Amino acid sequence: MTRLFLALPFVTVVILIILGLGAMLFKKNLIKILLGLSLMESAVNLLLVVIGYRQDSVAPIFTNVPSGEMAMPTVQALTLTSIVIGVATSAMMLSFAMVLYKRYGTVNVLEIRKLKH
Amino acid sequence: MQTFLISHLPALLVALPLLCGFLMPVIGRAGPRVRNGWVLLGGALTAITGLLLAIQVLRFGPVTYVFGAAHTTQTLAENPAAAFPIRIMFEIDALGALMIINTTLATLAVIIYSVAAEAKQSGLDMFYALFYLLIAGVYGMVATGDLFNFFVFLEITSLAGAALVAYRIDRGVAVEAGLKYALLSTLAALAVLTAIGILFGQYNALNIAALASRLQFTPLDKVALCLLIVPLAMKCGAVPMHFWTPDVYTTAPSSVTAFLVISSQASLYGLFRVLFSLYGAMLSWATFGWFLIILGVLSAFIGVTMAIPQKDVKRLMAYHAVSQTGYMLLAVGVGLAVLGNASALAKFGRAAIAGGLFHIINYASCKGLLFLTAGAIFLRTGTRNLNRLGALGHAMPVTMVLFMIAALAIAGIPPFNGFASKLMIYQSVFHFSPLLAIVAMIVSILTLASFVKVFQALFMGPRRPEFANVREVPRPMLIGMSVLAAYIVIAGIFPQFFVTRMIAPAVNALLDRAGYIATILGGI
Repeated sequence: MTRLFLALPFVTVVILIILGLGAMLFKKNLIKILLGLSLMESAVNLLLVVIGYRQDSVAPIFTNVPSGEMAMPTVQALTLTSIVIGVATSAMMLSFAMVLYKRYGTVNVLEIRKLKH
Repeated sequence: MQTFLISHLPALLVALPLLCGFLMPVIGRAGPRVRNGWVLLGGALTAITGLLLAIQVLRFGPVTYVFGAAHTTQTLAENPAAAFPIRIMFEIDALGALMIINTTLATLAVIIYSVAAEAKQSGLDMFYALFYLLIAGVYGMVATGDLFNFFVFLEITSLAGAALVAYRIDRGVAVEAGLKYALLSTLAALAVLTAIGILFGQYNALNIAALASRLQFTPLDKVALCLLIVPLAMKCGAVPMHFWTPDVYTTAPSSVTAFLVISSQASLYGLFRVLFSLYGAMLSWATFGWFLIILGVLSAFIGVTMAIPQKDVKRLMAYHAVSQTGYMLLAVGVGLAVLGNASALAKFGRAAIAGGLFHIINYASCKGLLFLTAGAIFLRTGTRNLNRLGALGHAMPVTMVLFMIAALAIAGIPPFNGFASKLMIYQSVFHFSPLLAIVAMIVSILTLASFVKVFQALFMGPRRPEFANVREVPRPMLIGMSVLAAYIVIAGIFPQFFVTRMIAPAVNALLDRAGYIATILGGI
């Protein structure tokens, strides 16, 4: 039962990635595509945090550290970095979507096709 | 002071462009002349740092640089979960040095060129800030010895690249291309990050050398391998994941396109690093060698056939970029396929990898020069359509000569550098499989045919009234382009010098996985 419980986050990660990828592949609305990408980003961040988790571990804060196993601090640092990068990319792509909406009057990816002409 | 600077060259390599970029909006307040001076100064300092570091590596062996804990015993606590040094390492071996020289050459040319080419545009402070961010990202990718750090620089490169592609909105078309690039890059980077997570979860390390020494090649490692090589192959524009290249290369400002070629090659470097240094002996060589060979042949052939009918000169060059990347993948793939066979490796495998790596820097200079001449033509005529251009040879003779040098070099005509590397590729690949060598030669002939057509369409013919006001481009643009042309000619006439001094050490570095690991684990 505990094993199943510990596997649950990984299952969540896989479900989130599939949902995000599905949104990116099958949605026509640009904003929804970007939402799908954000979902996948969150899934990968969750994966990183889960990898660092140890059962009954304490938080990796080094002052007055209680005895016992610590959760892995490196992955948490990685996750922070990855979140910051994710914010930057999301902000940039959303602003691209805004510019496109202003110029083309639509966020439907089937109609944003001036490149092809 | 001198020794201090020299010992910190790897940090300066990334810090200088970052500093130059982030100060740009502040310094830009003092006016365009001061800003241009700052841009040139930053470019010169970055180039000097890059060259000094590369020379140091090529003369005295690999350089490692530690950010954070200087010694492995410096850990945070007695607690077992924290019993590792918290640090990031740069490791620059001869292969890294080759990539740094490549990046430096392009930086120098593109910065000098863009100061004149972009002079009439608005929003230049942010443009150059992003440009230096892109440069810092590429240097970081080729210098770092840490997998997560590689991901960070990959993202920096993608972000800055996408923002630059979309920078001149151009009725929305450029933003469309920028968005495409950003979406694909982010997806690629997420896959890389997942792979990093999988590897870290198993081996508790992020350092490429440390990971390589602990790798067991479990089924999870195979998943991680796929999640690393597929996105990196996409980022370097290999068929069948090349669809972003034409759009992105066409719509970006030409100086940016010339540098995006370099950022694609940094991904190519990452691909080689993962295959040779990280996984190396674990792989079944033949399978992955053929994986690269098939990617390479497809890219070379499909790229060139798609290029021939193009009407837009930059789109045509972008398809040629896909095609030339195919040569590098093909050559290094042949080397990888015979990695386990010592006699075959000595007979032609080494030469194949040498040809592939030599082609990286040769192709970057040719293709960069071609995109820059396309930018020069666009600056003066306002069009990239081959059907509307013509007779520019009268008004732009220097650009014409530079274009000719680049086009002949990329088609593999002596005495230019493209001939030297392509000959090495033909000869070595022929020993492996004559059919592949024949395909490579056919692609080369098609490339030549395509560029003869472009040359004729752009420069030949009687003067035209609509281009009566066309003049030669400003001198800084010509100087920037000449930097690349000079390398093309020199490396074409004295290929032996470059092959023995620069390429052979890089091949050794790529093949010597144990050496790569020992440099980090044994040294500090």
